[in-house]
Amino acid sequence: MKGMTRYSIFSLVRNAIGYHEGWPRAWRSPEPRETYDVIVIGGGGHGLATAYYLAKEHGITNVAVLEKSWLGGGNTGRNTTIVRSNYLWDESAALYEKSLQLFEGMTPDINFNIMLSQRGVINLAHNLHDLRELTRRVGAIRLNGIDSEVLNTQQVKAMVPILNCQPDARYPVLGASLQRRAGVARHDAIAWGLARAADARGVDIIQNCEVTGILRDGGRVTGVETTRGTIRAPKVGIVVAGHTSVLAAMAGIRLPIQSHPLQAMVSEPVKPVIDTVVMSGAVHVYVSQSDRGELLLGAGIDGFNSYAPRGSLPVIEQQMAACLELFPIFSRLRVMRTWGGIVDVCPDASPIIGKTPVEGLYINGGWGTGGFKATPGSGWVFAHTMAQDRPHPLNEPFALERFTTGALIDEHGAAAVAH
Amino acid sequence: MLLISCPWCGARDETEFSCGGEAHIARPADPNALSDAEWADYLFMRKNTRGPYLERWVHTAGCRRWFNVARDTVTNEITAVYKMGAKPPRARAKASRRKR
Repeated sequence: MKGMTRYSIFSLVRNAIGYHEGWPRAWRSPEPRETYDVIVIGGGGHGLATAYYLAKEHGITNVAVLEKSWLGGGNTGRNTTIVRSNYLWDESAALYEKSLQLFEGMTPDINFNIMLSQRGVINLAHNLHDLRELTRRVGAIRLNGIDSEVLNTQQVKAMVPILNCQPDARYPVLGASLQRRAGVARHDAIAWGLARAADARGVDIIQNCEVTGILRDGGRVTGVETTRGTIRAPKVGIVVAGHTSVLAAMAGIRLPIQSHPLQAMVSEPVKPVIDTVVMSGAVHVYVSQSDRGELLLGAGIDGFNSYAPRGSLPVIEQQMAACLELFPIFSRLRVMRTWGGIVDVCPDASPIIGKTPVEGLYINGGWGTGGFKATPGSGWVFAHTMAQDRPHPLNEPFALERFTTGALIDEHGAAAVAH
Repeated sequence: MLLISCPWCGARDETEFSCGGEAHIARPADPNALSDAEWADYLFMRKNTRGPYLERWVHTAGCRRWFNVARDTVTNEITAVYKMGAKPPRARAKASRRKR
């Protein structure tokens, strides 16, 4: 990796002697060139991963990543940082497992600590139907070679002592599924680490550069109009969570996507009380504790389309009410802040990754409420799709055409977030 | 939080309503005559506009009747509420201008 200071214990010691004033910046901030081989629209995790794997796996380094704001300032920095691969259907299981495996090797690969913490993710069952569905799900997941197990109430209680497992609880815990390899990773580190690694391989990362139009000649793409001028490239990839429909419309493409706000919040920091991730799809709660001690809670999406990155209060009230039923110990905690991000939801709660009717234009979007966990896998398959001009077998089922053929991949149950 | 004026019940809290998505999508007269792509377009493809948007709502926890809303998806400002079967506000504005 040319020109990049390798981060290590030695560079840390060396810079400590200089009072940490000598650290070089992690990536360049170049002026956009007139032409590139590939333009990636969107400097979030998925876009940066796409650029990184284009350079690393396919040797395509004449790449620009265009970001309208700052790196990782969209959904990459707004999610609840959960990574897991316990998806029901074969297509999703393969894609998310690829992603989890890439996460597992990412820290040494990009020489940036992504703080992957495989602390396990628990999905609760509150009634008999939940338990049956969850058992079926665990079976399907294990058949795909992905670790997953069913826990009974006592096992859940042993792992999460603060959880209300009383039989007379409003949401009794009858059991749970557990993926031990799942957990959390530091979202900012993934954006910064991928940006630094892509930059080191020659990718131009251009921030504050909003795409305002997609240039076409006949049926093929020739470049983009931006707030920093025209940039040409024979291949353009749209990787803009929250605005996929808006960008696709610039090229005259209609998508089955609806954009909704999704909210999350953190409490004030407290001493360690929960060392795993607890999710409940039925009552809509997911909880983990950050390294700073804040409880990180996720809510659901607003029921209507919106591009306003703030959601409605009733959604937060609903999730908080359920959360306090499950964790009565949280009742005195104060919420420090809430925020929202715009998620692009497909009718089957699965993403669209592939080619479009416009030659040279590719789309990676519609990840709904669960894009973060797919960051490296998404970039890996999308880089392959753009480099080879055909999808990788892992993302072939996720083509836009599935809405015409009817081969939908219904993952509403896996999302654990109600759509 | 939205305050939605149901045409029958008046202004009520957002939590009483459910959103039914994009308005004015007509069901094809003869679905059997459509190609798969045309059917997919009817069934799945949506405008998902950033800005002024026409959508259907139902007063779930009230009169349970459907109606249309014109709302800006960036500011959440509701500019018009009109009954099912009525023309959208912009089309009505155009028609009245033509009359003059």
